Parts: sequence; structure tokens; C-alpha cells
Amino acid sequence: MNIDMLAMQAFTGLSIFTILMLMALGLAIVFGLMGVINMAHGELMAMGAYCSYATALFFERFLPGLMDSYVFVGIVVAFVVTSLFGYLLERGLIRFLYQRPLDTLLATWGVSLILQQCYRQFINPREVEVPTVSWLQGAWQATEGISLPLSRIFIICLALVTAILVYLLLFKTRTGLRIRAVTQNRSMAGATGINTERVDALTFALGCGLAGIAGSSFTMLASTGPTTGQQYIVDTFIVVVFGGVESLLGTIASAFIIGQMQSWFEYFMSGSMARASILLLVIAVIYFRPNGLFTTKVRR
Amino acid sequence: MLSVRNLDVYYGDSHVVRDISFAVGTRETVAIMGRNGMGKTTLFKSLIGTLPARRGNITLGATDLSRAHSYQRVAAGMGYVPQGRMIFPYLTVEENILAGMETVAETEVPSYIYEVFPVLKEMRARRGGNLSGGQQQQLAIARALVSNPKLLILDEPTEGIQPSIIKEIARALGRLKSQRNFALLVSEQVLSFAMEVADRFLIIEKGEFVYEETRDKVDASKIHAYLTI
Repeated sequence: MNIDMLAMQAFTGLSIFTILMLMALGLAIVFGLMGVINMAHGELMAMGAYCSYATALFFERFLPGLMDSYVFVGIVVAFVVTSLFGYLLERGLIRFLYQRPLDTLLATWGVSLILQQCYRQFINPREVEVPTVSWLQGAWQATEGISLPLSRIFIICLALVTAILVYLLLFKTRTGLRIRAVTQNRSMAGATGINTERVDALTFALGCGLAGIAGSSFTMLASTGPTTGQQYIVDTFIVVVFGGVESLLGTIASAFIIGQMQSWFEYFMSGSMARASILLLVIAVIYFRPNGLFTTKVRR
Repeated sequence: MLSVRNLDVYYGDSHVVRDISFAVGTRETVAIMGRNGMGKTTLFKSLIGTLPARRGNITLGATDLSRAHSYQRVAAGMGYVPQGRMIFPYLTVEENILAGMETVAETEVPSYIYEVFPVLKEMRARRGGNLSGGQQQQLAIARALVSNPKLLILDEPTEGIQPSIIKEIARALGRLKSQRNFALLVSEQVLSFAMEVADRFLIIEKGEFVYEETRDKVDASKIHAYLTI
């Protein structure tokens, strides 16, 4: 193995890391912070992807001159649509089930089935492709032996920017303080004067919007179909649980570890063996550290 | 200022607070005393709204709060320090105090808080969950005070706290009351603490008030008899 191979593997790991991180950020907020098991999270990613697809079609037909910049519009549209959907989902369903995690699981699973059928019925039962914009085609030839796909570099940047924005929102703003107070103790947060219902709805909408961003950016790597969400949701839950459900930093670190493991294991063994070994390792870690890799020790 | 009329509170089907009526005057301190399980905490939870009352009226000043959400009650002028303190464990001390400033315009912790509770200034970057019980109690009081309440509700502030800190908290409360002009409603089992802060005493037994006396006429041994098993 030479230095070029090492660099390529590290880059692949980095790319998987950022993809996992994008997927997991939204769920870390919805499941990790709020404790809502949202089985429809994968379908929300698919919804984000379809938003990107719709934006691409719109630009193709009406604004072909601006086709190169549709990516950014697609991301914004995906965020707005999925967070709006999340807001309505919280107001109409989730808020009645906060004390009942198992019922939430069933109800959101139902939502995910409904969404899948809607995608089949109203959009396209087959997978759809989104045209790659010209400036994201091809690869950056770093040295003679190392070429890095531009679309993956773009996703890396997008994931980092998103993670930084989420961090700033949660830890440097009043809204973030409200979110953290409500998620740590809902009734006490109300008794300190915080409008918990509004915060719950906004937090859930934010988590769903992040799923939309993730889905939107994945259209650059793969096609989107009605069952796309199912492929994402398992990985997403693994990342969040492995990292420790109450820690955002843990989620990011966990995405990094799993991403790198996946890249290196796949180099030495077959794809499915690599996934199986990662799952075994994760199970072993959860067995010894049931709260995940990263937990903060405090008196409660 | 606070007026409670015919309040009935249930935990599921068990009737815990039975047709209670009382009032707290402006700047008055009222201590509600009683043994464990007599309904003190339930009564206080229904005042702040985390456990809604089934019947009865709660008014603060001219505002009817009987059906209001907790946050609306805080906006109307209630401050609440729960039993067990309920500090946000992962927020820093400073963030815990800031969380209580939802209803005021300032965005920084007012300086009088750190003057009265210097230990909180020392610890302000620590996580709330890593403080000792006494420090958490001071933090919980600070978090309730920064919303500038007209009525501060303290549920068993001395529970699980060492005697020297209890004295310190009693002194701090006295000082804060004279500076900030709020009324105080406190539930207690420790007679010495109640005697130090309260103007009036109410004894609760099985969800009803059975004895009421003002400070100048109070017979400590009589209250003591109600508290011992």
C-alpha cells in the first residue's frame, strides 16, 4: 500500500463520515435531544431528495441559464419543505405522544409507510436521477495518483458548514438555550417561563429540516426512489446510538469513527463483511457502554 | 396578591388537595407546613401549573391563572423553586440562570444575584449537575428570581441540605425580600427555618389546612406537634 492509496482511503473515510454526520445531525436532535423515535426520518431525507429533484426539473424547464446554481436553491427548498412538514407532524401527531415512546415508534412508522406510498403514487415508482451540475462533475486531481470527486468534496464542505451552524444555533443563541433547557427537563423549563410547546415544535422542525438537507445533498451521489429512506435510517440510528444519545459531539465523533472504519475495512475485506464487522464492534461497545461512547457525567 | 379559592388537585384518581382556599398578601411570607405526603408539593405544582388543578381558582393580582400554562404563570409574576431543585444538569450554572430570564428584557445575569450567592459566580462555568445540593438550591432560587417575580414559591428548600447552608439560605432570602419586594410562599418541615422567614403559618394535613397562625401569636410547640409523627 503506497501513500496515494492511504490518502484515497482516508478521503473515502472522510466522505462517508460527512455523509453519516449529515444524516445523523437531524436525528440526534429529534431522537437524541427530544427522545422521539422518528421512524419516518429516512422518508424525510427522501423528501429532501425529491425537493432537489423538483427544483432541478423547475430550473431545467424555466431557468436553464441558472442551472448551475440550482443545487443551492434545492438545498434551501429541501430544508424549508421538510421542516414545515416536520412542524405539522409535531403539531398534528407527535405532541400527543411525548410520554409514550412505543406509540411514537408505531405512529411514525405508519407515517413512513404513508410517505413511501405517496412517493410511489404521486412522483414515480421508479428511481429518479438528478442531473449533476457541470461544476460538480469530475474530480480534483490533487497529485498524479490522487483524484478526489468534486461532488464528495462539496458534501464534505456542506456537512461541515451545517454542523457549525447547528452548533452555533444550539450553544450560542437564546433559541438554543431554550431547546437545551426543554430537552433536559420539559416541565421545569415551562416553570422557568419557557413556552415549551413552541420550542418542541421548532426543535422537531429543525431536526426534520436537517434530514431534508441531507437528502438533498445525497442526490449528487445516488438516485432517489420511494424506498431510499429505508436505506438511510438504519445507519443513521446506529450513528446516533453509538455516539451517545444525549451528546451532539458524540454523534459527530461516532460518524467519524464509523466512516473511517467503513472505508478501511472495505479495503481489506468485502463490503458486506466490512459492514458486519462494524455492526459487531458497535454492539460490543454498546454492551460495555450502554449510553454510547460519549456521555457527560453529572448528578441528576 | 395571590388568591386561591376552592382548589382541588388529583394525582390520577387520588384526591390529594381538598378544597383549599388561602391568600398571600403583598410582601408577605407564608409557610405551609406538614409532614410528608400531606399535599404540600402537589399544591405547589398546581400553583405553577405543572400539575393542573381539577377545580378551583388561582389569581395573581388581577390575573386569573386557573387554566394558564406554566410559562404564562411565570410571565404573570410567579417564580418557582421545585422540590429536588430540578437544575438543568447539562447547562452551566450561568446558562441555568439565563434560562430563567425568558420574561425579562436583559440578556445578562444581574449583578445582585452573584452578590447574594457568591458561590454561583465562582461556579458559573460548571455544569449545574455537578454542583452540591446546597449550591443547586441557591442556583434554583437564582433561576427563579431573575424573572423578577411578584411571588416566589419555594418547595421544601431545606430538604437534604446541611444546617449551616440552611441558615445561609434563610439569611439570603431575608435580604432578597427586603431588596426586591416579592411575596414568598414556602413549604417546610424544618420548623427553625420557617420560624426565621415566615410571617404566617399554615399547617396542611391530608390535603386540608388544619391550623393557621401569625408569627406574633404562634405557638412553636403546637406546630411541632403537627410535624412529629
